[in-house]
Amino acid sequence: MTRVHDMGGRFGDGPVQRAAGDAPVFAEEWHARALAVTLAAGALGQWTLDRSRFARESLAPADYMAFSYYEKWLAGLADLLVAQDVVSRAELAGAEPAPSPLAARRLRAEVVAGTLARGGPVLRDGPAPRFAPGDRVRTRRPARNLAVTGGHTRLPGYAAGLTGVVERAHGCHVFPDTNAHGLGEQAEPLYTVVFDAAEVWGAAEAPGDTVSCDLWESYLEPET
Amino acid sequence: MPHDHGDDAPPHSLLPPDPALRVKALETLLTRKGLIDPAALDEIIEIYAHKVGPRNGAAVVARAWTDPDFRKRLLEDATEAVAEMGFTGRQGEHVVAVENTPEQHNMVVCTLCSCYPWPLLGIPPGWYKSDAYRARAVREPRRVLAEFGVTLPEGQRVRVWDSTAEVRYLVLPMRPVGTDGLDANALAALVSRDAMIGTALVEAPA
Repeated sequence: MTRVHDMGGRFGDGPVQRAAGDAPVFAEEWHARALAVTLAAGALGQWTLDRSRFARESLAPADYMAFSYYEKWLAGLADLLVAQDVVSRAELAGAEPAPSPLAARRLRAEVVAGTLARGGPVLRDGPAPRFAPGDRVRTRRPARNLAVTGGHTRLPGYAAGLTGVVERAHGCHVFPDTNAHGLGEQAEPLYTVVFDAAEVWGAAEAPGDTVSCDLWESYLEPET
Repeated sequence: MPHDHGDDAPPHSLLPPDPALRVKALETLLTRKGLIDPAALDEIIEIYAHKVGPRNGAAVVARAWTDPDFRKRLLEDATEAVAEMGFTGRQGEHVVAVENTPEQHNMVVCTLCSCYPWPLLGIPPGWYKSDAYRARAVREPRRVLAEFGVTLPEGQRVRVWDSTAEVRYLVLPMRPVGTDGLDANALAALVSRDAMIGTALVEAPA
């Protein structure tokens, strides 16, 4: 059921490799450019953050694993630009570009700082929460999008089918499983749910260690 | 089609293979279509290369260590508390601060992508976005911490926060002993980016 990006708990990746000392924010100039192009293209308003995550995680596993971080961004962006009819395949392949009717939406340099400082809050009005801090819940299994086969979800595979405790309620947040697919924001209550690491992994590194995820209400069932 | 790809090939495969050329091709195409202002790209890069970074988070931590009312507000509603200090925006719209204590050490990961509190810590380092960290931090946080040179005292639990939604986490490290005489600026200088992710501790100056 999972896609390649859902790698929490996977074995075999080896040590975490860190750059020595004070590494620059962008290791290569093109990394900075890739980030900036992605943000500026997103500002055209033709897709949501959830949709852009889905574009990256929809890369073929062989590509996802072969690409470095910003290569995944670039590939996801190219695929989105075509999927949303912002550019054509021919243009991407080098044909003479046609002017775009979206040009009026272009992110201008003078509004960049304000746009980034505003961000895109996802707190919305929505239904009253079904659960309260302290409630025991069970996560849905398998971890999958109920509306779209193979669609976007933010329930990690490792966290499916587990019993946990609601620790904190965050109000209603935009629901990625619909928002990524043009099915609306459908905001739902969001909760931090804590799991005993021993239940998640079969054995914990030390007793009492825990893992938490932020999970939408429809990922959860009451556990009695 | 100038390239010999079928219509089924993903659009990204139509771009040049070299990543630096790929981003150049996209930037040029979008600029020529009127969709991107290259000066806006320069501005975005300037902000994240030089203005928004872990010094913001360190200022929050140092203030929490020296201002009990602020610490209380930070733990109750970090979004509001850090907004007071001017830290708002993209990838930091909903912030929660989690406090390390002698009983619990906190560590943050995003197993599904690379969620990270940009207004407080800037753009995440390469290791945070790596497969190894994403895969292992949830299952064996103590082994990962050991690779970072961190060994926790006996009896301190580890809590891993997987950032699966738009809530962004800031670890509030424990203030090191022997720093009573330091002001907030001097304290902030002790707080590393990694300490606010939970893969380092804050040490008193030697």
